Amino acid sequence: MRFTDDVDELREIARQLRIDILTTLAEAGSGHTGGSLSAIDIITVLYFSKMNHSPSYDKTVDRDRFVLSKGHGAPALYVALAHCGYFDRKELKTLRKINSILSGHPYAPSTPGVEVSTGSLGQGLSIANGMALAGKMDNRRGYVYCLIGDGEMQEGQVWEAAMSSAHYKLDNVIAFTDNNGLQIDGRVKDIMGIEPVHEKWEAFGWDTVTIDGHDIKAILDAIERAKTISGKPSMICARTVKGKGVSFMEGKVKYHGVAPSPEELEKAIAELAPA
Amino acid sequence: MSANQKKSLRDAYGEAIAALGSVDPDIVVLDADLSGSTRTAKFAAKYPDRFFNMGVSEQDMMSTAAGLAAAGKKPFASSFAVFATGRAWDQVRQSICLSRMNVKIVASHGGISVGEDGPTHQALEDIALMRIMPFMNVVVPADAHEVVAVVNAIAKIDEPVYVRTSRDKFPLVLPEDCRFELGRGTILRQGEDVAIIACGYMVSQALDAAERLSGEGIFAAVVNMSSIKPLDTGLVSKMARETGAVVTAEEHSVTAGLGGAVAECVCQTDPVPVIRLGMEAPVGQSGKPGELLDHYGMNSAGIVEAVHKAIALKKEPVHNAKTI
Repeated sequence: MRFTDDVDELREIARQLRIDILTTLAEAGSGHTGGSLSAIDIITVLYFSKMNHSPSYDKTVDRDRFVLSKGHGAPALYVALAHCGYFDRKELKTLRKINSILSGHPYAPSTPGVEVSTGSLGQGLSIANGMALAGKMDNRRGYVYCLIGDGEMQEGQVWEAAMSSAHYKLDNVIAFTDNNGLQIDGRVKDIMGIEPVHEKWEAFGWDTVTIDGHDIKAILDAIERAKTISGKPSMICARTVKGKGVSFMEGKVKYHGVAPSPEELEKAIAELAPA
Repeated sequence: MSANQKKSLRDAYGEAIAALGSVDPDIVVLDADLSGSTRTAKFAAKYPDRFFNMGVSEQDMMSTAAGLAAAGKKPFASSFAVFATGRAWDQVRQSICLSRMNVKIVASHGGISVGEDGPTHQALEDIALMRIMPFMNVVVPADAHEVVAVVNAIAKIDEPVYVRTSRDKFPLVLPEDCRFELGRGTILRQGEDVAIIACGYMVSQALDAAERLSGEGIFAAVVNMSSIKPLDTGLVSKMARETGAVVTAEEHSVTAGLGGAVAECVCQTDPVPVIRLGMEAPVGQSGKPGELLDHYGMNSAGIVEAVHKAIALKKEPVHNAKTI
């Protein structure tokens, strides 16, 4: 694998990863399609451009780390890890199947490249803080990235962790919220309103920006900006679209936890074909 | 060593972890606004850069500890036993155990001997909650001396461990240089008529009870089973086989704690009567520690009574017993 800052190249990687997400989920027959597609542009920028990581690094090396706090977005993480060489891409076909290294939600002991187990929501930012505290103690340069879902922000622990990051001045934490506006039971604003998201993080002491979470350039710039912030953690509130990239899935609650049927897969791949 | 000497287990922990801090620079300590009570304040004073007070947020603390472990540190997290095991159960499960993180949880204020703080603060379910936890080890030291041995032993193990300490002072029953090994129980007193398998405060009570029983012509063996998970199944089976009757004693719900673990073992290897002594009432109440332990029968008299029940159920009668 190679790292790139080229927007077109990253866009092309994200396109391929979207196809892999859909193919993988269709093969699995279940899983979280919408939230994987809303997060994949951010994950692409992290794994193929901004993060200092490698399958050959051992656990202790000074490197960047990523915590997928919204664990149900596992397919997006798995396809990125596979493309980066953490395991063979053929493994993607085994997602959610018996004896696979790829559990329905990230299970760290099974999957190379997965730092911690997530899926029970709200825990990832606290874990990222712990990694960042260790990094500070050892004067390491590595950043800890964390991706939180918008429905996930209804978990109280997220705000405990938000306080901790700011209290300990963890400027080596760069977090994203994937604000796709939908959760499994419906629209976030109907189930349990979380707005104003940007102002909440700001009030909790975070350097906060809001961007279009599908604009590769904006994601690259936001991370670069976050790295210049000193003395406080950075939150990049990403406005995203659930099911992004597949017209009939975009903005549809139905695709939160449903895999594409063979017909839907065919249609989706046709839409994602290069122009 | 004298049965008249007493020391609280939390005091022993505070001293032990502060001492260990100088031996291993990777040890870090977390607390959730109870460092004065859990005695982690001793470590904090000595190593302020390696101590993280997380405020009143046990869930955040447990997941943060997992993150520290993921990055190579050896975190010890403390709170009261009710909060560490109950409030943060899911964080202990997913962030720590399902991620196979090397996090030690040392919780003070175990059992009814918490006393005046009342039912909300008396941990009577913590052993059960941690016993069922995947990959978790569970240790309930008998006295302050054993706390030191436990802390030094588990610091060398790359696995999650739950350790319960106490608020109250417990009699010192083990030698100062006692040893601890996960999965190993210790026979403190030999006896052929019944085996009393105890943990924590009840170990001192078991020794008292055995002394009283000897006056009745009943010879009770006493085992300190501080390692509840992994359980020393070899020793439990041996005691069941050799004595033919078992009594368990713990300062915990009579359900799913040490008694549950021993019964699960005995019923499959050497089925003999197992009488479980513990908290029978669903919850405790405020009161002085000693009053509460007596009120709920978690004392040597309660053990004597339990031994009589166990012996009455034995297949082989005790020939030399004066009365039962």
